[in-house]
Amino acid sequence: MSDVSFVRTDMLSEQEPPASSVGVIGWMRSNLFSSWGNSILSLASMAFLYLILSAILPWAISPTWGATSLAECREILHGLGREGHLSGACWGVIRDRWVQLFMGFYPSEFYWRPILTFILLFVALAPVLFADKVPAKLIWFSALYPFLMPWLLWGGSLWVPLAVLAGFVIGFLVHGVVSKKMSGLAGLIAGLVAAVVWWMFLAGIVSGALTSIIPLALESVESRKFGGLLLSLTIGVVAIGFSLPIGVVLALGRQSDLLIVRALCVGFIEFIRGVPLITLLFVASTLLNIFMPPGTNFDIIMRVIMMATLFSAAYMAEVIRGGLAALPTGQYEGADSLGLNYWQAQRLIIMPQALKISIPGIVSTFIGLFKDTTLVSVIGLLDPLGLSNAIRADAAWNGIVWELYGFIALMFWVFCFSMSRYSMYLERKLQTGHR
Amino acid sequence: MKKTVFFGALAVAGLAAGVAAAGTLDDVKARGKLNCGVTTGLVGFAAPDANGEWNGFDVSVCRAVAAAVLGDSAAVEFVPTTGKTRFTALASGEIDMLARNTTWTFSRDVDLKFTFVGVNYYDGQGFLVPKDLGVSSAKDLDGATICIQTGTTTELNLADYFRSNNISYEPVPIETNSEAQQQYLAGACDVFTTDASGLAATRATFENPGDHVLLPEIISKEPLGPLVRHGDNEWGDVVRWTLNALISAEEMGISSANIAELSAGTNNPEVNRILGTEGTLGEMLGLDAGWAKNAIAAGGNYGEIFAKNIGEDTPIGLARGLNAQWTNGGLIYSPPFR
Amino acid sequence: MTTLTDPPKESFRLGMLIYDTRYRSMTIQIIALIGFLLLLGWLFNNTAQNLQELGKEPSFRFLGEPAGYDINQRLLDYNSQSTHMRAAFIGLLNTLVVAVLGCITATILGVTIGVLRLSNNWVVSKIMTIYVETFRNVPVLLWIVFAMAVMIETLPAPRAFKGEDPTATMKLYDTVAVTNRGVYIPEPLFSRSLGDVHFLGTSSFRFDVSMDLVLLMAVFFAGLYVSIRIKKNANHVQETTGNRPRTWHLRLAVIAVPLIIVLAALGFHLGYPELKGFNFRGGIHMRNSLIALWLALSLYTAAFIAENVRAGIMAVSHGQTEAAAALGLRPNRTMSLVVLPQALRVIIPPLISQYLNLTKNSSLAIAVGYMDITGTLMGITLNQTGRELEAVMLTMMIYLAISLSISMVMNWYNERVKLEER
Repeated sequence: MSDVSFVRTDMLSEQEPPASSVGVIGWMRSNLFSSWGNSILSLASMAFLYLILSAILPWAISPTWGATSLAECREILHGLGREGHLSGACWGVIRDRWVQLFMGFYPSEFYWRPILTFILLFVALAPVLFADKVPAKLIWFSALYPFLMPWLLWGGSLWVPLAVLAGFVIGFLVHGVVSKKMSGLAGLIAGLVAAVVWWMFLAGIVSGALTSIIPLALESVESRKFGGLLLSLTIGVVAIGFSLPIGVVLALGRQSDLLIVRALCVGFIEFIRGVPLITLLFVASTLLNIFMPPGTNFDIIMRVIMMATLFSAAYMAEVIRGGLAALPTGQYEGADSLGLNYWQAQRLIIMPQALKISIPGIVSTFIGLFKDTTLVSVIGLLDPLGLSNAIRADAAWNGIVWELYGFIALMFWVFCFSMSRYSMYLERKLQTGHR
Repeated sequence: MKKTVFFGALAVAGLAAGVAAAGTLDDVKARGKLNCGVTTGLVGFAAPDANGEWNGFDVSVCRAVAAAVLGDSAAVEFVPTTGKTRFTALASGEIDMLARNTTWTFSRDVDLKFTFVGVNYYDGQGFLVPKDLGVSSAKDLDGATICIQTGTTTELNLADYFRSNNISYEPVPIETNSEAQQQYLAGACDVFTTDASGLAATRATFENPGDHVLLPEIISKEPLGPLVRHGDNEWGDVVRWTLNALISAEEMGISSANIAELSAGTNNPEVNRILGTEGTLGEMLGLDAGWAKNAIAAGGNYGEIFAKNIGEDTPIGLARGLNAQWTNGGLIYSPPFR
Repeated sequence: MTTLTDPPKESFRLGMLIYDTRYRSMTIQIIALIGFLLLLGWLFNNTAQNLQELGKEPSFRFLGEPAGYDINQRLLDYNSQSTHMRAAFIGLLNTLVVAVLGCITATILGVTIGVLRLSNNWVVSKIMTIYVETFRNVPVLLWIVFAMAVMIETLPAPRAFKGEDPTATMKLYDTVAVTNRGVYIPEPLFSRSLGDVHFLGTSSFRFDVSMDLVLLMAVFFAGLYVSIRIKKNANHVQETTGNRPRTWHLRLAVIAVPLIIVLAALGFHLGYPELKGFNFRGGIHMRNSLIALWLALSLYTAAFIAENVRAGIMAVSHGQTEAAAALGLRPNRTMSLVVLPQALRVIIPPLISQYLNLTKNSSLAIAVGYMDITGTLMGITLNQTGRELEAVMLTMMIYLAISLSISMVMNWYNERVKLEER
């Protein structure tokens, strides 16, 4: 027998895939040049990118970081043989003013206070935002944070926020005692009245007395000193914080069967959502003092925060209403069948779930409000955009345009982009949790 | 979470509410700070530097008043206001005085219920044009595009001027001076009009100031001065006489350099009265005897303030012109301290 | 023997207002109403007291007084002697112009970008993602001032068109001038015009309607109607005989021919912009403030619309496309008959709320000096008359009316396309 076979006895070794379908070329073929139309589109977009980058990069790369005035920038660029209006950026203005763009006029020896405030904000939000990664006990810190934050930012005596906190404790205790003896509603009213009486008449005296005995106080910083990104963040965070409970109440009111309550809530929400924020800010800057009792005088930043709160409360109400609507009817019926009354059902069953679903919506409301805080520059507050005008009014930087706008845009972009990414992550997480 | 945030809201609201007393002077003294309205930024008149310190011609008036009332020229809270918000800020009591190159007009004085305490700068509305436009008179501006700062009297003056001369124009309303400057330099408008001082200040910061000219026409009277609310005459007097003290100080030759020496007593009775070594002028105003001395020491006399912020040695380079002392043929004139 | 006793006769006690669920809701509502009225009364009382202290009296009389200022972009006749009311009306029209223009371009851009973002071309979809993320995450006010700065700084001034050796020239065979004061485009003119008809006499809301335009619109819509009839007829023929008559040339003709005849009869020609003196004259001047505002609002809103469109298309389940393919539908018919109608149901409600946002954001016109209602009534008028309360309230009411009309359209649409659930 000869050793001849007509069939291969050994396997062919595996071959490399053709060069045109793997690696860079393959990727380009399938993603960029899969058809005529796609190729043209790809080339056109690359040309577009090139155009934009070739316009911006030569301008942006400019050794002017150390300049102390626009004239000096022009000299440096002149020395490099770069002439003309758009020959190069003048980054000196950013070096000179970036701290101001972040902190406004906040006294520099107290910079640690706003920084600490916003670090603690993350700690306080952690139980809500990253519920599975932090100890649940931290929620107690979240509860105290709203009292800590104004104290850190504005300073003054620690006893004032503590006295305000005491009002809630008193109200809660009275509520507990009365509702045991009488009905729940009577307890609620008694608790409210007790708290209000405390705040109106007693809190001031008590905190004043305590301050004179044990003066636990930080140097107070007036709202005027707030500016730049600190102002935007303060307005955004405080307004969103305030608007959350108001939004919950409005959302419940809008869903309720009580005709008058519903009409009032719908009227408020639709009114606020129907007018531009700028008109509300004009109300804050020109009218709010007229609406208040004669003699009251809130400073402009407080007034802006008030109007921003009302504004975001209306949007918040709609977000929470969406959360309520997304809950299956079975949850409501389940609560009913357990014999829970309205408030019990809301507190134990409905709200925890509805608020959880609403978090992404709340985050995007916050992003929207945060971006909208730039509007306060129109009424003369020095937020980053307002500051850019003030900086340009300095003789040294008169004539600067793009560098400031670019820097401010970048600041906002970093904040908003990271928040929107977080909200998307959360949305995905919540979705899987629900199925 | 939701409850606690609500608590915080109340806490802040509780902190913020304050009640104003009757008289502004007592208010300011009680507060220990003067709230002074200024522009959001105008070269030479008011602008914050990198440390947040405000400087400028209008700012100096605020500082002088603070020094007179509180003895401390740094005890001022500067409230930036826009053309739109300035009057409501003053009317609502948010600021104690407004020093924001505001024109003294009939309707602002009478209808809007303010009191102009004096004039710290005599101005008029002018036109700035590029030299190569070849225009020598405002009458040649038929069909031109004109940048105006909105929220000021300039809009009305401009409309009146062009209507009475029967020529047409295209207005471009602009919110801030820096934006107006940007548009003008880029050629988006042919002409920039505002108070002549503002034009000169703006031109001074151009890359090539020589390429631009101010037209000879001054189409309006713009007496700029600090103002206070109607009806609070004690406070009005304080601001008025602080301004007058600065003006008189220049006339009498009191400057920040020699004030210490002069306040030891001189043989000029009016100087002595101003500096508080003679008479009881301070007491009459409800201030201490050294009020005017403090005001002058804060930033110097009127002439020094002018020279330091907008004078010929600064980049802005304004001549005294109408704003020279009356003794030098100007309009700056203070009633006597007697 | 059973005795039926009546249930104990209930007499009304005060406590029942709280404890009895029948009355409790009533009680709560009345308390809420009283609280609300008290709040209103308190506000009114404060306002009246404060105004009295300031020596002011709420009055709308200022609206009838001469405004004294000029407005550059005016769609109707206006001069500095017109009333404040007229100025507000001109401002309102300007608001509507930029809102309508913005909505149209934002929709076109947004839909294109939303679809392209789903494209399988890597560069294109990445560019679109960058676009969306860049524009969404930076405040719109910044975009507006940015767009204005770009217009002013990068485009040539009219001066550059002058002289022996101009550095800039007009575009499109000398018909369009792009300058940093805006864009001048040719305007339609009629040499045998029918004239205008005036409405509302001499009131502040007077307006003119061009009869030429009315005639052209009438002819166009009549043509369109006939064309639709022809199509219906063709459909009918196709259903009965199976053959579709060729009608496109006829349908085009019934629209185009009468229009051309009427245009010729009216003496239609274009007026081109020309450089005269300081500025271009003639043609339609689209000011840079309008263009910057329009551009920034549409680019910003388009980023949001793109996301809505993407979400809408992705919401249509893949099974639908496959089922359509199984039925033998061609891809473009699948898109138009199956995917799009379903996606639209998801896209349209958020789209309309984006229109609402765009309209409200147009109030930021104030930042670039575009004279809309905030620039006139709540801007210069407020500043010159010192009537804050009246001017701000009136402006809010006007915006509210615009917003409510848009939401009414939205509700009507939602009602119409609601799925018939069984």
